[in-house]
Amino acid sequence: MSYLLEGRDAPWEVVIGLEVHAQVISQSKLFSGASATYGGEPNTHVSLVDAGFPGMLPVINRECVAQAVRTGLGLNARINLESRFDRKNYFYADLPTGYQISQFAQPIVGSGVIEIELADGSTREIGITRLHLEQDAGKSLHDQHQTQSFIDLNRAGVGLMEIVSEPDMRSPEEAGAYVRKLRTILRYLGTCDGNMEEGSMRADVNVSVRHSGEPFRTRCEIKNVNSVRYVMQAIEAEARRQVQVWEAGGTVDQETRLFDPARGETRSLRSKEDAHDYRYFPDPDLLPLVIDEGWVADLKAGLPELPDAKRSRFVSEYGIPRYDAGVLVAEQATADFYETVAAGGDPRLAANWVTGDLFAALNRTGRTIADSPVSAQAMRELLGLMVDQTINGRIAKDVFEEMVETGEPPAAIVERRGLRQVTDTGAIDAAVEAVLAANADKLAEYRSGKDKLFGFFVGQVMKGMGGKGNPALVNEALRQRLARSP
Amino acid sequence: MLTDLSIADGLRGLRGKEFSAVELTTAHLDAIAALNPRLNAYLTVTAEAALRGAGAADAALARGEQAPLGGIPLGIKDLFCTEGVRTTAASRMLENFVPPYESTVTRQLLRDGAVFLGKTNLDEFAMGSSNTNSAFGPVENPWHRTGDDAVLVPGGSSGGSAAAVAARIAMGATGTDTGGSIRQPASFCGIAGIKPTYGRCSRWGVVAFASSLDQPGPMARTVEDCAIMLRSMAGYDARDSTSVDRPVPDYAAACGRSLKGVRVGIPREYRADGMPSEIEALWQQGISWLRDAGCEIVDVSLPHTQYGLATYYIVAPAECSSNLARYDGIRYGRRVEAPTLDGLYEASREAGFGAEVKRRILIGTYVLSSGYYDAYYLRAQKVRSLILRDFTEAYRTVDALLTPTAPSAAFALGENMDDPIKMYLNDIFTVPASMAGMPGLSVPAGLDHQGLPLGLQLLGRPFDEETLFALGSAIEQAADFRRLPSVTAGRVR
Repeated sequence: MSYLLEGRDAPWEVVIGLEVHAQVISQSKLFSGASATYGGEPNTHVSLVDAGFPGMLPVINRECVAQAVRTGLGLNARINLESRFDRKNYFYADLPTGYQISQFAQPIVGSGVIEIELADGSTREIGITRLHLEQDAGKSLHDQHQTQSFIDLNRAGVGLMEIVSEPDMRSPEEAGAYVRKLRTILRYLGTCDGNMEEGSMRADVNVSVRHSGEPFRTRCEIKNVNSVRYVMQAIEAEARRQVQVWEAGGTVDQETRLFDPARGETRSLRSKEDAHDYRYFPDPDLLPLVIDEGWVADLKAGLPELPDAKRSRFVSEYGIPRYDAGVLVAEQATADFYETVAAGGDPRLAANWVTGDLFAALNRTGRTIADSPVSAQAMRELLGLMVDQTINGRIAKDVFEEMVETGEPPAAIVERRGLRQVTDTGAIDAAVEAVLAANADKLAEYRSGKDKLFGFFVGQVMKGMGGKGNPALVNEALRQRLARSP
Repeated sequence: MLTDLSIADGLRGLRGKEFSAVELTTAHLDAIAALNPRLNAYLTVTAEAALRGAGAADAALARGEQAPLGGIPLGIKDLFCTEGVRTTAASRMLENFVPPYESTVTRQLLRDGAVFLGKTNLDEFAMGSSNTNSAFGPVENPWHRTGDDAVLVPGGSSGGSAAAVAARIAMGATGTDTGGSIRQPASFCGIAGIKPTYGRCSRWGVVAFASSLDQPGPMARTVEDCAIMLRSMAGYDARDSTSVDRPVPDYAAACGRSLKGVRVGIPREYRADGMPSEIEALWQQGISWLRDAGCEIVDVSLPHTQYGLATYYIVAPAECSSNLARYDGIRYGRRVEAPTLDGLYEASREAGFGAEVKRRILIGTYVLSSGYYDAYYLRAQKVRSLILRDFTEAYRTVDALLTPTAPSAAFALGENMDDPIKMYLNDIFTVPASMAGMPGLSVPAGLDHQGLPLGLQLLGRPFDEETLFALGSAIEQAADFRRLPSVTAGRVR
């Protein structure tokens, strides 16, 4: 299903590439021992290195390198055993040294690929161009004082992974799916928390438009977009703008733009002429980063099961639909929850309950899987009570609702409220007789051919039994009774 | 006089209780008080801390402990950050900068009992060959031409350190060498100085000029004293990624080592046009001294020598333009307020940096800029690897090289000032080894016809400083360099 913008003569195709900045999860910063944790009072996570004091030198943080390698492996990418750090020179108040240490010519991770899935179930492969390590900058605070700006260097020097995609995406939906998939992979790997609201993951979006079959036209870069929704909206707005420019006989200028979510439009930040000359050159304070193949292999062996592999396993091992498996693996916590529920029970029933009743309950209570009101263990017990026929499915729904509210174990609820399923055929037969006796008119209709009333009788019998009747036995008893003459 | 003692003799005297560390330090502080107003070798004198350090050294001596430099008073180039002591890099930019940290090299010297007399003058941010680029005034070379009162420059950038050591107002001093900043002033002031192999001494806490070239090293009146100091200064530092993890030998033990069979190369490309004949003559003298000492002399070629200076003046400014970007008036250092951020940068850097520093920042910015990078920086790096290969090739057949240190003796204040290129030529013999990261030792070897000291330079294999000390002490012994400069502690001619 292709996404095209209407044009005067021919439709326009959108070409999208993304540069995602993902903050590395690590104890300390990329080149200093200062804490890399989010938050903290301004300028409390700052070493002399971060503040660019004279004579201070960067030393690479091994854990950040490991995280980049893990991420590269998770993106099915080539790991470069030798890479290099370069200086990107520019002046800004929150950049203490006057340069950002980055990897320009020789990144630590080369080309890779990830697969995205679209709403219609189709899949696409999106190429990864490269991943490199670089320092984050500090933060300028312009709202603290009438005439002066304040600077917080807590974030200065924190490790970032810049993950650059090929211009492989052709619709806002694909770009959204790409960012979500990337975030899922990073979270599985534990290399970035993917928290776009806090800025630990943000995207620069490159957009151009063209008629089908044309070479690429000039692209614009939309900087620092900080949610999946905004990524999609920004692409739509920017693509429409570019189509307008081209169709009005103009040309799109290569420039950096910002997305304004309130107005739903992008606007120019700086043109190509104003672009910095970053004067990249190899950082002479750092040696080339050489890593050992054996170390990469160890990191690979230590990787968790990633979403694609997990999804395939869920399909083959648990026999659940591919779609459900996809939903379950989107978050590692959900997948873990599901596997606990499914263990030793009925995996399909578990999938239905997790994606159905549990998700609904989380939605309703505003909770996440991590602080679910019903534990995976408790949910497994509940499903166990269904499988061993202690309760029927109808009653299970009630018990579940009560579990959500009270957190009480399912068995206790069943016992306390006497919800055990009735399998005593004598009791069932009696209930059937009572219903038929009370509904002689309906019985007559049934006999005269209105077969649909069978369901009505089942419902009435269940109702008469307080919902606790074993549905199969109730059906069987009714069928036998109705087969007999009055 | 106590101020005339070498470090080795000073250590012996202290150990033998001939004098106390406090006496030794006091003698130097008194000499500083007398001479420094004229020489301007020290920018900051830390008398109180020095006496405290000397007292501690005496206490340790009384307990029978003598640290490797226990009680030895030294000057510290004001490029080394010293905790709680103003560190200026001889720049207005850092005029009032007091670092809350101690550089690794000075920390190791303190660990080994050294006493710091103060911070010595230099060319601003170590950029220069005459010490005339200091924001706090030039340094006077304690040497004078015979029968001529003209003030001479001490060389640079470690000019304050060289002058202080020569004038006997420090027993030794730290220097840093990027393209010759230890060796050339050592030669101009008639003292010894070694630029160790790149990576031998930590750069942590040393204000950076050109990171791939900067290397701290000792300056002292004898080769042995340099060896004693280097043992304390050298060593691996995990905080400097370019420092090298290998054991630090007892360098002093190498002084006086037999030179039988040591092969010394004479690079034919080091005969500069217009080089005074007496420097050529001194070089020949050095060759015969080493031959007499048992060395085998071999003619060698370092074909890319002629490109050394040009590539140096691309690489070093490139790195400096980036290294000095941090001096922006925001967090520390000189700040000149302005209505905009860019205005603040411009005003602060305009006021904070001197002309030579600005020139090099401009050159460096230019050679790294888009469109020029390949033609300048990238090409310079390629030539740099050819220069390195020259040395590597030469060291297949020889153990060390002998050259003059500088193409001239000390020149007068005011000379060479009109033309930066002429000034840059001072480093023509020292720059190639810097580009290759190789160690180089300058040894005072003789006087020119005007009575000014001249040095010979010994270059060696990476991390083979020991061979340089062995060769250097042989030249030192043969040269029997005893002449004193005209301005020294206790006597001013």
